[in-house]
Amino acid sequence: MSFQPVKFYQTGTFTVGNRLLPPEERSVQAQTKRFNSINSGHRACQGCGEALGARYAVDAAMEAANGQLICANATGCLEVFSTPYPETSWQVPWIHSLFGNTAAVATGIAAALKVKQLKGERRDIRVVAQGGDGGTTDIGFGCLSGMFERNDDVLYICYDNGGYMNTGIQRSSATPPAARTATTLAVGDEPGNLFGQGKFVPAIAMAHEIPYVATATVADLRDLEAKVRRAMAIRGARYLHILVPCPLGWGTASHETIRIARLAKETGIFPVFEAEHGELKSVLAIRRPLPVEDYLKPQKRYAHLFAPKARLEVIARLQQLADRNIRRYGLLEGN
Amino acid sequence: MLKQIEGSRAVAEAVALCRPEVICAYPISPQTHIVEALGEFVKDGTLAPCEFINVESEFAAMSVAIGSSAAGARTYTATASQGLLFMAEAVYNASGLGLPIVMTVANRAIGAPINIWNDHSDALSQRDSGWLQIFAETNQEALDLHIQAFRLAEELSLPIMVCMDGFILTHAYERVDMPTQAQVDAYLPKYEPRQVLDPAEPVSIGAMVGPEAFMEVRYLAHAKQMEALKLIPGYAAEFREVFGRDSGGLTHTYKADDAETMVVAMGSLLGTIKDVIDEMRAAGHKIGVLGITLFRPFPIAQVREALHGAQRVVVLEKSLAVGLGGILATNVRMALSALPIDVYTVVAGIGGRPITMRSLHALFREAERDDIDPVTFLDLNHDVVDKQLARERSTRRSGPAAEAILRDIGVVAAKVAQEVR
Ligand SMILES: Cc1ncc(C[n+]2csc(CCOP(=O)(O)OP(=O)(O)O)c2C)c(N)n1
Ligand code: SF4
Ligand SMILES: [Mg+2]
Repeated sequence: MSFQPVKFYQTGTFTVGNRLLPPEERSVQAQTKRFNSINSGHRACQGCGEALGARYAVDAAMEAANGQLICANATGCLEVFSTPYPETSWQVPWIHSLFGNTAAVATGIAAALKVKQLKGERRDIRVVAQGGDGGTTDIGFGCLSGMFERNDDVLYICYDNGGYMNTGIQRSSATPPAARTATTLAVGDEPGNLFGQGKFVPAIAMAHEIPYVATATVADLRDLEAKVRRAMAIRGARYLHILVPCPLGWGTASHETIRIARLAKETGIFPVFEAEHGELKSVLAIRRPLPVEDYLKPQKRYAHLFAPKARLEVIARLQQLADRNIRRYGLLEGN
Repeated sequence: MLKQIEGSRAVAEAVALCRPEVICAYPISPQTHIVEALGEFVKDGTLAPCEFINVESEFAAMSVAIGSSAAGARTYTATASQGLLFMAEAVYNASGLGLPIVMTVANRAIGAPINIWNDHSDALSQRDSGWLQIFAETNQEALDLHIQAFRLAEELSLPIMVCMDGFILTHAYERVDMPTQAQVDAYLPKYEPRQVLDPAEPVSIGAMVGPEAFMEVRYLAHAKQMEALKLIPGYAAEFREVFGRDSGGLTHTYKADDAETMVVAMGSLLGTIKDVIDEMRAAGHKIGVLGITLFRPFPIAQVREALHGAQRVVVLEKSLAVGLGGILATNVRMALSALPIDVYTVVAGIGGRPITMRSLHALFREAERDDIDPVTFLDLNHDVVDKQLARERSTRRSGPAAEAILRDIGVVAAKVAQEVR
C-alpha cells in the first residue's frame, strides 16, 4: 500500500498550521496571553491596514521585550484613531509629541532609560517609535536620519499607506506615481501623482548602514512578526517599513486589505526584504509573478488608468518600476 | 570656590552640579561654549552617568529632551536665536506636556538679516510658549539661576528658559563663586516626575484633547505659572541659606525709593544702567531702576508695587514688537494699568548695538523732561533710514535694504580698506 505524506502548506496561519509550530514560533496573536498593546475599540476605518500592522508589530515587540516596552508615536491616523483622551487603546506606555519628531523623542527615551538602568533605577526597557509615511519619509526624515546615524537603540516602524491620510489623503513622498490623491487629482494630461525620482526610505536607511532594515506587508503577518522579533534581538537603530493599504485613501473594499497588500508584493511593486548593516540579506520571494494591472485595478486611486480610456503607457511605466524592483532585489529567486 | 572663568563655563559647571541625566546639544553661537564644556564633562567621566547626545538640529534637541524628560530623566539643553525658532514647535510641546526641561538661551538677535549678537528677541518670541523665563544680570546670577531653575521646573512640572545675554555674559571672563556638589545636593532634591513612561504603569502621554477639555488643560498651565510667583521668593531665600548669597527672585530695585523716573530693564544691561544712575543720583537726579529677573510668569504685582510712585517709567528693552513698539514695555504697561504714569518704550541695543553710558545719560535726561517719543529707538541712525526710505519711494527695484543701508553707512571692512589705501 502506498504511503501518502500529508503536507500542511499553511504552517503558521490561524488554520491548522499554527498549532503544528513549536509554541515559541507561533503567532503572537494566536496566544491567549497576547498583549493587546493596541486594544480593540479604537476608531480606525474598517479594514485599516495601519491598525492591523501596528497591532501585530507592537504586540510582537512587546513579546520580544517581555512587556518592557515604551512607544513613541507620530501624529497621524494611528495616533488619532487610537487615543483621543480618555479612551486610549494603548496598553503600553505611549507618548505622542509631534508630527515630525518621533525618532528624536524615541532617542530621548532610550537615552533616559540607559542612564536609569546604569543607576539601577530601571530594568532593561526597549523603545519603539512609529509613524506614518508622511511622518517618516517627509517631515520626520531629518530626525529619523539623525537617529540612524547615531545608531540610537530604537526600532522605528513606518506604516506606509502612501499618503497623508489623516488630513484627508494628500500626496506624500511615499505616494506612488500615477496615484490619485487630494493634491494629485486625476485631472489634466498627467492625471494622478507625477513620476518623480521616488524616495524609498528603506534603501536610504540601508545607506546609513544601520544594523537592521526590513520591509513587510500586512499580507504576510508571520513574516512581519518574525522581522519584529529579529529587530528586537538587535541593539542600535533598526528600521521596519510596513506597507499598509488604506481602504479610504486607496479606494479599496475594506475586506480587500490583505489581498491588495499581497498583490503589491506579488507584482514586485513593493519589495519585501531584510538587510543588515546596509547589505541585503534575504527577500520574500514572489510566488506567482503577476502583472501590475492586477494590483492597480481594484484601487480607485488608479481608476483613471483604466477609464475612460486605458493609459497603457502609464501602466507600462509602473510595470517597469516593478520589474526593476524584481531585478534589483532578486525577488523571483528568493534567498 | 571663587574662580575667574568664562560665563559659559560657569553655567556648564553649575549645570553639571545639578546632575543632569540627559543633555542634548546642537551648536549655535553664542551657546556653543556651554554645551562644549558639558560634552567634555560627560566624555571625561566627571559627569556620570549622563548621556550627551549630539543631535542633528535644534528641533531634534528639544524633541530628544521631550522623550528623555517623559521617561523620567533630568534633562538639559541650550540654544539661541535661530535655534530657538527652529525648535519652536517642540518648545510649545514640551510645556504643553508639562515636562520640566531646563534650557539656557544665550540671547541673540533673530534674522534676517542674520546677526549673531545679543538682544532679547529670541527668548521673547517664545514668551507665550508656556515656559518659565528668567533673565540673568551677571555670570554669577546665570550660574545660580540654573540651580534654582531645575528646582522650580521640577516642582511645577514646567519647562524653564534661563536667559543670559549672548557674548556679553556667555563669553565674559568674570569672577564667580562656584558652589560645591554638597551645597547643590542639599538644595536640589531628586527629580520625582509627576508622569513617566513606565511599563509597570502604562500611561498615554500627549493624546488628543478636544474643545471639551482643552481650555481647562491650558488654564492649568497658566495657574501653575502663577504658582511660580509664590514659590520663587521662597526658593531664593532658601538659596541664600545654602549658598550664602542673594540670587534670583522676581524683581530687584535699585535707588528706587524716591525716584520720579524709573527705568525698567532685563539682563546684563542693568549693570550699565546702575552705573549711569549712580552718576545721575550724585548730580541730584531722582532716578532709579527696576530689574526684571522673572519675565514669565510676569510679576505684575511686584512691578506695579515698584513703579507706582514714579512719575514716568522708561522701559529700556533689547527687543522690538514690530508694528507696536516694545514687548517688555507692553507687559509693564499692563502692570501699571489705570495709573497716571507715562511709560516710554526705548528699543535699545538690538543686534548687539552697544548701549553706552553716554547715550543713556542723554536719554534719561530727555525722559526726565518728557522730551522723548513714546516709542524711541536709542541711537538710531535716522539719516540712513530716511535715505533708504527715499530710495524706496523713488525706485521700485531698490534692492536688498540691508545691503543698501550698509553701503550708506560704509561697511567696516571698506572703511579699513580705505584707510589702508
Ligand atoms: C507640523 C505639522 N504639519 C502638519 C500637520 C498635519 N498633519 C497631521 S497628521 C498628517 C498626515 C499624516 O500622514 P502620515 O504620516 O502618512 O500618517 P497617516 O495618517 O497616513 O497614517 C498631517 C499632514 C501636523 N499635525 N503637524
Ligand atoms: S484613513 Fe486609512 S489609514 Fe486612516 S484609519 Fe482609515 S483606513 Fe486607516
Ligand atoms: Mg500615510
